Amino acid sequence: MALTTNTPIDSHTTTTGLSSRINRGAGRANRLGGRRIGSHVFLLILAFYFFIPLWWLFVASTKSTGELFGSPAFWFADITNFATNVQGLFMHDGGIYWRWLGNSFLYALAGGLGATILAVLAGYGFAKYSFRGRGAVFGVVLGSVMVPLTALVVPTFVLLSEVGLINTPWAVILPSLLNPFGVYLMRIYTQDAVPDEMLEASRIDGAGEWRTFWQVSLPLLRPAIVTVFLLAVVQQWNNFFLPLAVLTDPDLLPVTVGLNRWTALSNAGAGGEQVWNLITSGAFISVVPLLLSFLLLQRYWQGGLAIGSIK
Amino acid sequence: MTTTTAAPTRPRISLQRKRQRYGWFYVTPFLAIFALFFIVPLGYAAWMSLFSSTLAGGSQFAGLGNYVRAFTDPLFIGGIGRVAAFGLVMIPAQLIVAITAALVLDTLATTLSKISRLLIFAPYAIPVVVGALMWSFLYSPRFGPASTIFEWFGMAAPDFLSSSAIFGSLVNIVTWQWAGYYMIIVYAALRSVDPAIYEAARIDGANGFHIAMRIKVPMISSSMVMVITFALIGTLQFFTEPVVLRSMAAGAIDSAYTPNMYAYALAFQYSQFNYASAIAFSLGILVFIGSFIFLFFTRKQSGLK
Repeated sequence: MALTTNTPIDSHTTTTGLSSRINRGAGRANRLGGRRIGSHVFLLILAFYFFIPLWWLFVASTKSTGELFGSPAFWFADITNFATNVQGLFMHDGGIYWRWLGNSFLYALAGGLGATILAVLAGYGFAKYSFRGRGAVFGVVLGSVMVPLTALVVPTFVLLSEVGLINTPWAVILPSLLNPFGVYLMRIYTQDAVPDEMLEASRIDGAGEWRTFWQVSLPLLRPAIVTVFLLAVVQQWNNFFLPLAVLTDPDLLPVTVGLNRWTALSNAGAGGEQVWNLITSGAFISVVPLLLSFLLLQRYWQGGLAIGSIK
Repeated sequence: MTTTTAAPTRPRISLQRKRQRYGWFYVTPFLAIFALFFIVPLGYAAWMSLFSSTLAGGSQFAGLGNYVRAFTDPLFIGGIGRVAAFGLVMIPAQLIVAITAALVLDTLATTLSKISRLLIFAPYAIPVVVGALMWSFLYSPRFGPASTIFEWFGMAAPDFLSSSAIFGSLVNIVTWQWAGYYMIIVYAALRSVDPAIYEAARIDGANGFHIAMRIKVPMISSSMVMVITFALIGTLQFFTEPVVLRSMAAGAIDSAYTPNMYAYALAFQYSQFNYASAIAFSLGILVFIGSFIFLFFTRKQSGLK
């Protein structure tokens, strides 16, 4: 598995084991070429299906409300309206949209970072130490992934309100530190990426357990750490149920809950609240940071997402 | 101390044991959070579900009364049935798209295939709320984008938000959002297979289809178990998409559309925390039994040592 994560995803060989360039000149070129066209058409259709809603969102973010309803859906009308919409986002409700976006960043980064640190430590502990009770504890942790969100959100809400944390950022950040799947990924990865022999060598050289972890193991875990962090951030950026339940103060909402609120109000037909153009441009802007980070961090997540799925 | 095969002496055994105990040091921070935000809330919910509270009588011990009520509640049973139906359609749909895309991508190394891979994955980076919002716009007869696509092909567009079509509309949103993520998992697993195996199969006379079905699919079974587990959990927890679509299609989706939505409405709209806890637990029990059976039968593929 360590091999997979280190192998660039595009050092490609075809089914014949030859590089695609050599293969193209082979005797079977015709037949293979034919099949490649079919495969490419299939991919084009898929890409079109997955991309067209995003394209629509991009186009829609540049339109005024009137143009949203009146102009061709998949092409631009007056593109300068994007600036008008951004301006509208600053004006509507005193620019609360930007606050929501900031909240999303705060919750995602704080929750993601905390969850990753806990997952790295726990994954390492589970993978490299066979302390008594390890199997049972890990089993419970893994099983927790199956528990439906409501079973947790409802009592968490009641408990948080008892300690006065409802309607504070902590109500969103603290529960999100719980990331059992991250622990699972880190354990699986650590098993293979950190050889026992290496730990033994470090111990014989006189390094303590903590120093061994910090200086020998941690550098080997870097690809998995990036993946777990990215997944935790996405999960937190996506979070909807928990903030919906524990936050009522509009100033504290993450952008997901905020946009949903605008849509509900607009659908309810409340006169001054019909802000379709702001919803589309706000949604588009909120989508950009994650899309960009996935694009820029391709090298890491493409290999990293396979952790746990390969033996 | 240089050889580990030498017969261990007493002090070394105790040193080894001591060191193993060090593992608790690493797992404790996580376990503290786990206790605070999993064990305690769950225990508390279990406790709450055993009581009933009325405005007049206050809180009263109800035993399993809430559970009896839950399993005879047509709204809850209806939600369970709906989620089961979603699972039967949604999980295969996501799986088929993900696996075919991964198998096709695995045989190609062109710029187009690289770009398609990114485009197919892109929806995963979109928050579920925004994805559902986007599709609710696309479906909306007032905006008309989806009907435009149907018109390109000379077809009449259905009303995607009507109660007869909403099932398919939701399946489409979920497939769009998650198939790319699953595709990447399967694809990465395929990349790790040694191509020499394919070469050997080819010499034995296997064609591309045989290789895909007889070699590739069995070799990535562990990643498929992982994908199905994710899809299963996601389906049973179905909440965000129907909640978001509700404001556009109020007639087609009610507040008890899925068990999660029902529990949410009970707790946060009707303040019936006790009954909501019982509903959530009943769902939890069903989810747990289902996932446990699934994971038990696929434990060989789970990759744990």
